[in-house]
Amino acid sequence: MMVKAVDYLEEDPVLTVVKQPRSANRAWQRFRRHRLAMFGVFMIVLLVLATAVGPHLIPFDDLFIDIRNRFAPPLSGAHVLGTDPLGRDLAARLLMAGRISLTVGFAAMVISTIIGTVIGVVAGFYGRIVGTILMRFVDAILCFPTIFLVLALAALIKPSVVTITLIIAATGWMEVARVVESQIRTLRERDFATAALMMGASDRYIMFRELIPNAIGPIVVAATLCIARAILMEAYVSFLGYGIQPPAASWGNMLNNAQQYLGSAPWLAIFPGLMITLAVTSFNFIGDGLRDALDARLDVS
Amino acid sequence: MARFIFGRVVQSLILLCLVSMIGFAVLHLAPGGPLAQFALVPGMSQADIARIAAQMGLDRPLPIQYWEWFTRLLLGDWGNSYRDSQPVLSVIGSRLGATLQLMVTATLIAIVLGVWIGVMGAIRRYSVFDYLGTIGAMIALSIPTFWFGLVMIYIFSVKLGWLPSGNRSTVGDGSFFDYAYHLIAPSIVLALVEVAVWSRYMRSSMLDVINQDFIRTARAKGLPERVVLFHHTMRNALLPMITLAGLELPVLLSGALVTETVFTWPGMGRLFLDSLGYRDYPVVMGILMFSAVLVLVGNLLADCFCAIADPRIRLD
Repeated sequence: MMVKAVDYLEEDPVLTVVKQPRSANRAWQRFRRHRLAMFGVFMIVLLVLATAVGPHLIPFDDLFIDIRNRFAPPLSGAHVLGTDPLGRDLAARLLMAGRISLTVGFAAMVISTIIGTVIGVVAGFYGRIVGTILMRFVDAILCFPTIFLVLALAALIKPSVVTITLIIAATGWMEVARVVESQIRTLRERDFATAALMMGASDRYIMFRELIPNAIGPIVVAATLCIARAILMEAYVSFLGYGIQPPAASWGNMLNNAQQYLGSAPWLAIFPGLMITLAVTSFNFIGDGLRDALDARLDVS
Repeated sequence: MARFIFGRVVQSLILLCLVSMIGFAVLHLAPGGPLAQFALVPGMSQADIARIAAQMGLDRPLPIQYWEWFTRLLLGDWGNSYRDSQPVLSVIGSRLGATLQLMVTATLIAIVLGVWIGVMGAIRRYSVFDYLGTIGAMIALSIPTFWFGLVMIYIFSVKLGWLPSGNRSTVGDGSFFDYAYHLIAPSIVLALVEVAVWSRYMRSSMLDVINQDFIRTARAKGLPERVVLFHHTMRNALLPMITLAGLELPVLLSGALVTETVFTWPGMGRLFLDSLGYRDYPVVMGILMFSAVLVLVGNLLADCFCAIADPRIRLD
């Protein structure tokens, strides 16, 4: 249950009688009217379906090497998007790469949202010394340019899909923590939090059952933008050779060798980049739409 | 004023301690810690490694090791590169110029274009220009920098042959024109994300100011709209942008690393990647710490400039 009994006390009794649509409904209506966000949702659904089902429909295996057919340009033969320097079908590789890139992005988002939320809620709830130390720590990590930090960690630790996900998650939770901390700091002062305290609820109960459900909107927005950042970060690290290792394909590492064939086979560079841009733009659009939809201040106007 | 700056300096020093702890933790995260490179040498026995560890003082408690590492850091002794035994700081110093050149040029492009797009978007709010600016900024933030670099090279170097595909200058030609010519493509690539960020911030900053009372007063006393917008509004809206310049430093450094890789630009980011390839940990750690300190100092300077330009900030 998101809406607590104490919450009703804060609402104007006159308004509640007039049976207002629930705020979740209003947010959903606003979100549906946000054209860019709907475009983002549509593209993400399409991408997820394509990467999930697509590889089974394409008559080529993403790892099948066919030296006689190397550098086949797009739309020239059986290979719709052409082939790479080893004659592997580009479309099949793009879809398999999409599985990895989207999975890494999603998993990294889940982990960093959990870390960020826990740190943010503890810092915001306890405040004072605990809060200051935690948030200064967040500031300190943010001093490091993310790519430098991710690359250093990826080079020190043996790269695999799991470790790359963990590294991206470990360097991507700070924004969530900042958002959650500022939300919790104001929510903590509200009457329903005081009421819960008076009823003798434990700190943990207040933090995770009372405060976090009320901060869920900003957390969802931060998480959506977090996926976009994670996908982009995976692409950067893999492009630079320290991310997902071949023969497994990710959108980033497909671009790794593309630069040397720019003159002869530009499609090798164009398509994976387009996929990254499409996925990241879609998540950014969704995040923007969610921010507008969940911003209750817009209800007034 | 002096109190404000003193407070910010103290804050930065505390942050520096935390930053160094994170750096130290990263250094010791490697399997085998700082000894990782010796473990790879053939014929190295467990006893040899233990002996080296004792010589390097790695068998002592971590807090003591950290303290020694941190004091050497403060004194400017950042160790020597494994590759050519040069002091780390001078290795970084030799590459810093190229990176700064790229970053400054990109920032200038971002300021000019971003401020213009932001101001026009705010003045003509909800116009076609504003919508295109908003959508364009979001797409620009989603394009991977390296891919944009590849597309630029493909269009302007491979297809049109207008711009060089990399390097800082042509060998044997050290003229200013040649350097500027090589700078065009990489700085545009690095500036893309920054233009997007600057235009967004400038737009919302303009809108914040434009709704304030003193703007209404200026209009009410009959000032021409031009003066109101560009003298009263824009001047005030530009103030938060000083802070933004500091905040964008880490993003700019990250972008510089990627841009330098694509354009074989001999800067700090390129050095970082090369050092990673050679497992040259002192240089890797050095650049990691150096960039964090650069960001710290940049933010401190931005806050001080902001306080000089805007007396309201000092009173908080």
